[in-house]
Amino acid sequence: MSSSQEHYYVPDGSRWPIIAVCGMFTTVFGTALWINDISLGPWIVALGALGIAYLFFGWFGDVIDESMSGKYNAQVDTSFRQGMMWFISSEAFFFAAFFGSLYYIRMIAMPWLDGEGHLGSSHLLWENFSASWPLVNTPDTEKYTQVIEPMGAGGIPMINTLLLLSSGVTLTWAHWGLKKDSRFQLVFGLMLTVILGAVFMGFQAYEYYHAYDALGLTLNSGVYGSTFYMLTGFHGMHVTIGAIMLAVITVRAAKGHFSHEKHFAFEAVAWYWHFVDVVWLALYVFVYWL
Amino acid sequence: MSEPGFASLPRPKRQSRRWALWIPALLAGLPTLGWAEMKLNLPEPVSPLTREVFDLHMMTTWVAVWIMVIVILLVGYTLWKFRKSTGSVADQEFHKGFFGTWSWLLVPILVLGIDLTIADRANSTFDQVENIGDAEVTVKVTGSQWKWTYEYMEHDYSFISNLKSKEEAGEYDYLRTVDNPLVLPVNTRVRFLHTAADVLHAWWVPEIAVKKDSIPGYINETWTIIEKEGVYRGQCAENCGVGHAYMPIEVQAVSRAEFDRWIGERVAEKQAAVALAASNKVWSKDELMAEGEGLYNTFCAACHQVNGAGLPPAFPALAGSDMALNDLAGHLDIVINGKQGTAMAAWGAQLDDLQMAAIITYERNAWGNDTGDAVQPADVKAAR
Amino acid sequence: MTSIAATHDDHDHHHAPTGWRRWVFSTNHKDIGTMYLFFALFMLFLGGAMAMVIRAELFSPGLQFVSPEFYNNMFTNHALIMIFGMVMPAAAGMANWMIPMMIGAPDMALPRLNNLSFWLLPAGALMLVLSIVAPWVGGGMAVTAGWTLYPPISLQAGMSMDLLIFTIHLLGISSILASINIVTTILNMRAPGMTMMKMPVFVWAWFFTGVLLILIMPAFAGGVTMLLFDRHFGTSFFDAAGGGDPVLFQHLFWFFGHPEVYVLLLPSIGVLGMVVPTFSRKPLFGYKSLVYGMAFLATLGMVVWAHHQYTVGMSIWATKYFMIGTILISIPIGLMKFNFIFTMWRGSLTFETPMLFAIAIILMFAFAGVTGVMLAVVPADLQYHDTYFVVAHFHYALIPGAVFGLYAGVFYWLPKWTGHMYDEKLGKLFFWWTTISFNVTFFPQHFSGLAGMPRRIVDYGVQFTEFNMVSSVGAFAFGLSHLLFLYIIIKTIRGGEPAPAKPWEGAQAGTPGLEWTVSSPPPFHTFETPPEVK
Ligand code: HEA
Ligand code: HEA
Ligand code: HEC
Ligand code: CUA
Ligand SMILES: [Cu+2]
Repeated sequence: MSSSQEHYYVPDGSRWPIIAVCGMFTTVFGTALWINDISLGPWIVALGALGIAYLFFGWFGDVIDESMSGKYNAQVDTSFRQGMMWFISSEAFFFAAFFGSLYYIRMIAMPWLDGEGHLGSSHLLWENFSASWPLVNTPDTEKYTQVIEPMGAGGIPMINTLLLLSSGVTLTWAHWGLKKDSRFQLVFGLMLTVILGAVFMGFQAYEYYHAYDALGLTLNSGVYGSTFYMLTGFHGMHVTIGAIMLAVITVRAAKGHFSHEKHFAFEAVAWYWHFVDVVWLALYVFVYWL
Repeated sequence: MSEPGFASLPRPKRQSRRWALWIPALLAGLPTLGWAEMKLNLPEPVSPLTREVFDLHMMTTWVAVWIMVIVILLVGYTLWKFRKSTGSVADQEFHKGFFGTWSWLLVPILVLGIDLTIADRANSTFDQVENIGDAEVTVKVTGSQWKWTYEYMEHDYSFISNLKSKEEAGEYDYLRTVDNPLVLPVNTRVRFLHTAADVLHAWWVPEIAVKKDSIPGYINETWTIIEKEGVYRGQCAENCGVGHAYMPIEVQAVSRAEFDRWIGERVAEKQAAVALAASNKVWSKDELMAEGEGLYNTFCAACHQVNGAGLPPAFPALAGSDMALNDLAGHLDIVINGKQGTAMAAWGAQLDDLQMAAIITYERNAWGNDTGDAVQPADVKAAR
Repeated sequence: MTSIAATHDDHDHHHAPTGWRRWVFSTNHKDIGTMYLFFALFMLFLGGAMAMVIRAELFSPGLQFVSPEFYNNMFTNHALIMIFGMVMPAAAGMANWMIPMMIGAPDMALPRLNNLSFWLLPAGALMLVLSIVAPWVGGGMAVTAGWTLYPPISLQAGMSMDLLIFTIHLLGISSILASINIVTTILNMRAPGMTMMKMPVFVWAWFFTGVLLILIMPAFAGGVTMLLFDRHFGTSFFDAAGGGDPVLFQHLFWFFGHPEVYVLLLPSIGVLGMVVPTFSRKPLFGYKSLVYGMAFLATLGMVVWAHHQYTVGMSIWATKYFMIGTILISIPIGLMKFNFIFTMWRGSLTFETPMLFAIAIILMFAFAGVTGVMLAVVPADLQYHDTYFVVAHFHYALIPGAVFGLYAGVFYWLPKWTGHMYDEKLGKLFFWWTTISFNVTFFPQHFSGLAGMPRRIVDYGVQFTEFNMVSSVGAFAFGLSHLLFLYIIIKTIRGGEPAPAKPWEGAQAGTPGLEWTVSSPPPFHTFETPPEVK
């Protein structure tokens, strides 16, 4: 471990970025074909996804090698940290856009449709509509299916909140383990976190099934369903990514890749996980509860 | 309305202000041909609201012009005075002097002053814009691809207004005239309810009212009191797709008495037409043709042209079209349901069975399309 | 790969890789910067060719060359290409080239990520081209919505729209990653002694640009993702029938879109901050207030977006808030303007091409600014909105405000990049040609707008003919001038008077960066060991 490296490590040419570009391009192009019912689409998506998976192994493999062979000095580490921080800021604004949309729909579009405020004539167009949230009956009751029963805040969502919160605790516990160089505490904490994340995802999947099956809450049931799935769906996607990264980190921790002074990868994933946690809390309050 | 805080600003009469705008235009090296009638400014306002907006516009224009004059003079003088070729030596300490120390405060204060002056005036004008109030005439204006539907709410009477085709309007008035202009009384408070059927549109006639977007599913409001009889023109001012250039607006402002007479007649006519369409009469081809010609020219000719030749490739010809000659089912379908993703709209909701039957009969027999079909309202009903 | 792996292992950074690998696998900030710049140049011609289609069609009334559908598709893609494919990449190219050299860094903070950010651009561009040709190949309607992609009209288009949505995703990811890299470089890679308040203005400008991009790009990505769901998965974010609202998209778009205009403007302000002191031969006037002004601009710029939506029917208070916020933006920008003017005041001015462009920016962008303030005034904007007055405003803002800044930067730094001086005579000719033809193109549009010509129309009434003819003639001349630009650049790359480390009579006294301490052109790896700044 030579963090006293004098030179900032500038890698030589790498093939991973261009593979990343090809993978991403192929994936989205395939998706475009797929959603337009062109039969080749799914295959192209699969190809792109394989490329991306390959790239992750390769690129991160290189980074891990370089890191393990001590090429990174403290300044490189700082670059990684700052880069991750800015990335998470960007993600935060991504979710902010969806929360903002939810706010707009509930506080501005709904009253407007119902003929409130100084622009109060829109109700002329929707005679039988009355605004309420959760919106179970859409203005046009034929074009969109109606919700039978809105999603409550108790039950699964409540359990999920507790799960994610405890996963934050186990992750911090793992971090303490890392700080005092207790590999057992680190690995065990990480494993607990991954398991909690996986259980969360299981519950979430069941909740979706229940919503479709029993509550009539679907993507097609108007803007309540739309915002519900958009917010919880993107969050779920982030949980999935986070859980995968956590799993990788667990393996690396077990292999002894991290020391109490050098563990950027661990921290990056931890930040990400905590971020996902915080988003969930906001979700719980604004989507399920209020 | 508060006076602008700019006492020093020249405020000549509107006529000469407009003239002043010519100077920069001429400086830009514009050709002089046709200048005499060319408009360089917002058109003469004819309602209290648009007049106030116009004055506001002139005020901000003058602020803009004066700021530009000052900036140009300042920069021009600097460039001329401090060029190196005359031996000007740079003053390396300038940014440390009094001005260098305080400019960060002085410039913003100055700009803030101008900003607040503008904002104050804009604020009160905007209150006027939003002061919709109770109106005697309420017109619901619905934009759809690519025509306007006007509904007189008090009279429960509505009609569609379409672009007049090039043949009918002539070179000069093409894209400025419509088949059925909106008729409004002068000196009467009119309220507009703006909405749309498919995508965003914006109903804009600068002389009489400001624009607000027509949003499908929502209603926006504007108002006017037209003070002068005449014809006022405007255009759809929100991109609505391939026909966006083809939905002009024409408003005829007439005296109150004239308006009352007009609306009375139209309502009576409408009731008669409804009665006729409801009777189960079988129509002869000639009757349908006669009826269909007018309707075709009103609703369809803007795109397919009066002579049925269309404007290929954008708008297909109907004369000699395979569908009009051989495929009655397809023909009924495309007129009733339109064709997704093209300019061809679904007319089913706007035309009644009789009108539809007449148009289709006309299309199948005019311009050498001699199918001999006489499509009956009942056929249309069945195809719906 | 094996050969690369070998060099990679022996720490040998002293020879440049060669062949296609040098470019495709590059992790070198100068090479990537060069690729960015060439990409931008190519897109300038592509987007410009589309502008030529627009102006040719509008030369006279009637349908001349293209169908309405294609016309709408052209202005949509013209705008997207110019903004995402031309101005932003060119500015990012300059950032790549100059920022590490200015602050004394060995390279960008995350060199491999840098390569990824660049190569996503050609991928995005390819996707965009696919979106243009899709209607011919795969059927369905082209995108006719304009670059703002407002629903419901963007819901009507065929597969073309889906490809465009993914284009936005690719380009968006590219600019987020590039910005993360640049911001990190600025914060973490400065040479010892190069404190933040010593950084050249260009670096500061890009710092704020980068932060803005990181925060705004996701909103746009989120917005188009919602469009995608409305189009294919039955959601109703933008459909009133399901309780949604088309205006919601406009808020998402402009939350991105308005700060975006400062993303386009700021790098060019940064270039001005380098060029004006150089040719005035004295330090920048009000460095600190310029930096704080940019911070103020970036902050305020994030919270005034809805001035593009005055006509949608917002509440009275919201409208007034957005109006006043927008008008206040004249304060930081006015401050910057006057800082530049006072930098010239009592200077010793010479008028090389970069300086000429700088002066043109100061004057012509001020004009864009004052028409911007006119637009910000709500009741008046209810008349101007969606007319050619707006088109005139934003081309004055975009071309002098952003594109001329890039020209100034190109001419200013060409000697550093290529090691050759450009041909000053041709440079000046290019300046006068563009400036005059630009004004001929866009000045009349203020008047056609006031006279009532809406934007985004393929055909217009005869009363607008003269304006449009003049405008089109100007546009063709403006377009032609770019062939000269191309020629000047090629000529400079291929040869010319060798440039010293400090060109411009060594007059960079007022610009504190380290870029002038290295040779022209600089070695493949600058600053192997960090330089010391006193
Ligand atoms: C580089 C790009 C750029 C820049 C910098 C700006 C800068 C500004 N813009 Fe512009 N704008 C666009 C690009 C840009 N704009 C684009 C692309 C569109 C159209 C998008 C579309 O619909 O497709 C648009 C549209 C647009 C609108 C919407 C119009 C409409 O659709 O109805 C408005 C309304 O407020 C506006 C306002 C402003 C203002 C107030 C500024 C201010 O930042 C300007 C501030 C500068 C100055 C004021 C000049 C310098 C100051 C002084 C000399 C001091 C003294 C001045 C005063 C006291 C006034 N712009
Ligand atoms: C940075 C951004 C940028 C730039 C640089 C430009 C540059 C130009 N723009 Fe653009 N424009 C926009 C951004 C920009 N525009 C935006 C955002 C819109 C709104 C779109 C919308 O409504 O959605 C718009 C819309 C727009 C319109 C309105 C269309 C409409 O509303 O119907 C017009 C019309 O005149 C126009 C013209 C031009 C012209 C003549 C140029 C000239 O400066 C271009 C100069 C030309 C060149 C630089 C190229 C040189 C090329 C050649 C010499 C040809 C060589 C030939 C080949 C290579 C084949 N633009
Ligand atoms: C705004 C323009 C517009 C208007 C108005 C319009 N159409 Fe069309 N019409 C089109 C376009 C575009 C098509 C081509 C659709 C396609 O791509 O197949 C079309 C196609 C048709 C066709 C099929 C032609 C063929 O040979 O395939 C018929 C029939 C037709 N229109 C009838 C009508 C009738 C009847 C009306 C009036 C009630 C009307 N149209 C009004 C634009 C218009
Ligand atoms: Cu309707 Cu534009
Ligand atoms: Cu803006």
